[in-house]
Amino acid sequence: MARSTTTRRKIITTAAAWAIGFTIFFPILWTILTSFKTEAQAISDPPVFLFFDWTLENYAVVQERSNYMRFLWNSVIIAGGSTVLGVLIAVPAAWSMAFVPSRRTKDILLWMLSTKMLPAVGVLYPIYLICIELGLLDSRIALVVILMLINLPIIVWMLYTYFKEIPGEILEAARMDGASLKEEILYVLTPMAIPGIASTLLLNFILAWNEAFWTLNLTAAKAAPLTAFIASYSSPEGLFYAKLSAASTMAIAPILILGWFSQKQLVRGLTFGAVK
Amino acid sequence: MGKIELKQVTKRFGDAEVIPPLDLTIHDGEFTVFVGPSGCGKSTLLRLIAGLEDITSGHIEIDGKDATTLVPAKRGLAMVFQSYALYPHMSVRKNIAFPLKMAKMDLAEIDRRVEGAASVLNLTAYLDRRPGQLSGGQRQRVAIGRAIVREPSAFLFDEPLSNLDAALRVGMRMEISELHKKLDTTMIYVTHDQVEAMTMADKIVVLQAGVIEQVGSPLELYRAPRNTFVAGFIGSPKMNLLTGPEADKHNAHTIGIRPEHIDVVQSDGVWQGTVGVAEHLGSDTFFHIHNTGLAETLTVRAIGDISLRHGDTIHLSPRMDEFHRFDKAGLRIA
Repeated sequence: MARSTTTRRKIITTAAAWAIGFTIFFPILWTILTSFKTEAQAISDPPVFLFFDWTLENYAVVQERSNYMRFLWNSVIIAGGSTVLGVLIAVPAAWSMAFVPSRRTKDILLWMLSTKMLPAVGVLYPIYLICIELGLLDSRIALVVILMLINLPIIVWMLYTYFKEIPGEILEAARMDGASLKEEILYVLTPMAIPGIASTLLLNFILAWNEAFWTLNLTAAKAAPLTAFIASYSSPEGLFYAKLSAASTMAIAPILILGWFSQKQLVRGLTFGAVK
Repeated sequence: MGKIELKQVTKRFGDAEVIPPLDLTIHDGEFTVFVGPSGCGKSTLLRLIAGLEDITSGHIEIDGKDATTLVPAKRGLAMVFQSYALYPHMSVRKNIAFPLKMAKMDLAEIDRRVEGAASVLNLTAYLDRRPGQLSGGQRQRVAIGRAIVREPSAFLFDEPLSNLDAALRVGMRMEISELHKKLDTTMIYVTHDQVEAMTMADKIVVLQAGVIEQVGSPLELYRAPRNTFVAGFIGSPKMNLLTGPEADKHNAHTIGIRPEHIDVVQSDGVWQGTVGVAEHLGSDTFFHIHNTGLAETLTVRAIGDISLRHGDTIHLSPRMDEFHRFDKAGLRIA
């Protein structure tokens, strides 16, 4: 039976969608607004929304007090490195699970995902000790490897779902045509899975960019990414909301811009496989 | 060269034996059709020859060399899949060139061969399109093009026409037959459609439950089916298989008579019955006849348009020298 869509219903659902969207976006908007206020206005009661003396002073102070570019560069290296490394490992893994599954494949997939259910703090101590032993504390290499390992289950799962959509006969055709395993993955599977691989890369880049637990615990000065940059404004001489907001805005700006331009890919990535 | 020999080949999936020990020789240049009902193992057999599935035991020899453990690419065979299995992200030209590129062939030679295949298959105008922009028949031709550029020792076709509509299917059937005459290369063709088998094959292999029921030329199978399964499977409409007193008269457990070997007569036929469904094709008329006193419904093929309708009485006279006799096990009695 066809559902009748009245104009009234359309107006209500549109309004509801905007309300939900605005509610979700509000904290980010508030952070951005606060970054342009003075410290006094930032904590004024009642809060001021748009009508205040807009100032760039906080950004100047933040820029003066810490080297933003160094944190940014660390974030790019850590998020980018862990994502690329993860995809390089996950593509062959997902290939074998999707196209030559064994009786245990489903169990392995679930087991991989189950590691995501472990609270990170549960392994903090051993990983911290390992980093000390290897001299990798406060190093980007350690974070690249750890974040890669943490996100690997998600990367494998996402790629597995994409690969399952590719008809096996096409890969068999490649095999008949004389392609080696490497050529089959390089020339046939990967190009066909480009949209899926792209959204996997994006999502994992964002996850790694925003990861705070490991980046805060395993870095000090050298390898600290933007999460540490934000955290440095929440202590120790009390909270400075306006400066904290300015730091946060600077930290999320790159990823927000990236997300804005790739939203089509991201939505497709997150809803893929939901409807067949 | 393209002689393929299967020696005591078996295939198991877990506990299920899909192909019991099987021997088969396909001679060089022969057009062999594997035919049987769905699930009879014909596609599995083709995939074993291709190397896409490993055999459980036995040997496969191609041109006298043991190919049992060779990977698909090393067997020198080309395959055309039911779903065409074209590479959707590549142009037609790149699709056809792919096996040559994998063989690290010289670029000029690749171009020459691709152009050659495209002109044979009427694809020249479509070389720069993607598969998604082509019709079903054109896609199938690209798949065939990709197979012929390699100049393989044998072609394997896995139900290549079953995704096409009826008119296109007849056309492609002719094209594949002509291609075989032109290339003179061994072809193995899997289908569940006995009409395709009869019209294209030099040799038909009838399979049921992984077992070869009969191997022979189309007319050998038509004239002398080895058992009741082949008798019922080859020929359209199906052969009438009769048991009981009628068979006893011929000293057999089962007798078979093809619909085209029963004549419609004015009176005094051997059998008399009423017309059930009458299918008027113009050139022929198929009658399904009840109340003949036989246990089975009879199917009769009459030439031309005969104006008998549902419920009419009909007189029938089978040609006595066209009866096939089978014993209790279903095997042909000479």
